Amino acid sequence: MTITTPIRPLPASPPPAPAPKRRRGVSSGDGLRTLFSETEIGRGKGRVLYWVVLTLVFLLFLTVFIFPLYWMFSSAVKTPEEYAQPDPTFFPQSFVPETYQLAWDRMRIAKFFGNTALYAFGGWLIQLVFQVAVAYALSKLRPIFGRVVLGAMLASLMLPATALLIPAYLTVTDVPIFGWNLLNTPWALWLPAVANAFNIYVLKRFFDQIPNDLLDSAALDGAGRFRVLWSIVLPLSRPVLGVVSIFSIVAIWKDFIWPLLVLQDPETQTLSVALSRLASTSQVPPTQLMAGLAIASVPMIVVFLIFQRSIIGGLAAGSMKG
Amino acid sequence: MAVATAGRPTALRSRLSRKIQDNLMAYAFMAGGIACFALFSWYPLVRGVILSFQQINFVTDPYWVGTDNFTAIFEDPLFVTAWKNTLVFTGIALVFGFAVPLVLSILINEMRHLKGFFRVAVYLPVMLPPIVGVLLFRYFYDPGFGLFNTVLRGVGLPESQWTQSSSTAMISLVLVSTWANLGGATLMYLAALQSIPGELYEAAELDGASAWRRLRHVTVPQLRFIMLVLLLLQIIATMQVFIEPYQLTGTSNPDTVTVMVLIYRYAFTVNQDFGMAAAMSVLLFVVLAIFSAIYLRVTRDRD
Repeated sequence: MTITTPIRPLPASPPPAPAPKRRRGVSSGDGLRTLFSETEIGRGKGRVLYWVVLTLVFLLFLTVFIFPLYWMFSSAVKTPEEYAQPDPTFFPQSFVPETYQLAWDRMRIAKFFGNTALYAFGGWLIQLVFQVAVAYALSKLRPIFGRVVLGAMLASLMLPATALLIPAYLTVTDVPIFGWNLLNTPWALWLPAVANAFNIYVLKRFFDQIPNDLLDSAALDGAGRFRVLWSIVLPLSRPVLGVVSIFSIVAIWKDFIWPLLVLQDPETQTLSVALSRLASTSQVPPTQLMAGLAIASVPMIVVFLIFQRSIIGGLAAGSMKG
Repeated sequence: MAVATAGRPTALRSRLSRKIQDNLMAYAFMAGGIACFALFSWYPLVRGVILSFQQINFVTDPYWVGTDNFTAIFEDPLFVTAWKNTLVFTGIALVFGFAVPLVLSILINEMRHLKGFFRVAVYLPVMLPPIVGVLLFRYFYDPGFGLFNTVLRGVGLPESQWTQSSSTAMISLVLVSTWANLGGATLMYLAALQSIPGELYEAAELDGASAWRRLRHVTVPQLRFIMLVLLLLQIIATMQVFIEPYQLTGTSNPDTVTVMVLIYRYAFTVNQDFGMAAAMSVLLFVVLAIFSAIYLRVTRDRD
């Protein structure tokens, strides 16, 4: 449902270096000319209008994008009675932070949180290992049919995930050749996650930029292919590994429909799927459910606030090259 | 002859053996990745098409049923409803999801303050697990004590049944979906806006173009490509809508049953019929593939 992942891989470039901090002030003179010039915005009527619009846009963003989150965190601490009032209170009049504790224990959010963390970090690790190996082989070992392999992988980007949902589900119930049934196991999320051509493409493009001379001189010193990867390529690739890591973890944390299908046993469910199931039953007090939603959001909000430069930069860099 | 080429074959052989060694090494590195692609991407694609002509009961082997699955879905009254609903959803989502990010990004780009805040705020909902946005809005939509009706009452407007009335259900789903997803498009527009050369605006200004004319004749033409790309991506994304109807209105509500919901229903709830679900998936795939092909063409021409 998001349009953040382009179907076609976009040329990978390391996220743009953080822009130098601009001086605050209307006429900052940073040379960035937009629709309105600094003089139009900086003087007389334009200046007044600018501040009015700025305030309105600020309030709009606050209301539309931040307020729902405030609502989520603050509703959870209300008593169920206050929560169910026909006229909602903006500031909670009651304060029951224990609701978070209750949700964590009694709704067993702890369990589902742990599951999701296991899936996200395990998936991240296994993806990184396999995807780096493929990208390194394609970029630096250049085997015969390498281009065919890359092409076949990239072709999968054209397939909307939902169109494969049913056959992929059946595959997971009975993996060909191996005969495994992966339903209700972490592998049902981990292995399909490896088949992410976008990450492989991004990694390969980055490895391509590492000069071969560097690797050759290491090989002359007697370093094997694996040693070269481990001690030269990977340390040089930290930025791209970071971006790929963030996107892998966020993707698994946010995923809904696939875990809904392959993790039907409540014991194994992700936080998202468990919240969806709990929300459809009437036994759960709504304030506890709110607390559950808040708990599910916190890791993503934290990741975003820490890595916002990489995330926004990666998104912008991708779209620029179309 | 053996004497004449004695030196070269060894060099050749060692180069050849090195090449073979490198290839073996490379495929050893790629084995895991290729296996995952083969099992969970390439094979399911083929399996999906085959499955649409088969019936499966988990007891015996799958057996061929010809085009029975397709006949069955065409005869299902929900088939037309689901496609119609999906198109309506995509249509309304385009009205909001196409215009709003564009306007927001132009606004953000003109701001000389708080740019960082605007960027973070607009993308925050995209970071949340989708279920969070959906369940949060479920409370906002509540006809009794929900926030939206409280606000409507407060400003003296008639209240709405939101997701619980057939006339407003779809638009309610679009609203939450737009809220949760518009950040991505907004940031992409913003990046495109920032790459518009400032001289274009200066030249237009020197020619006496008003702000409105600058917007129409400089900004919009410069954004044309990214607008087209995002339009296509959005169509592809919204046609696969699932979580909003699944959670907010249920899988058996004819007002909001979409193609994905119907596929889910066929396979996992009502019918337990993977053949029908696969047939429907193939149809969805064909429709989406058309937009994907246009997208590919558009972006390739650009290169």
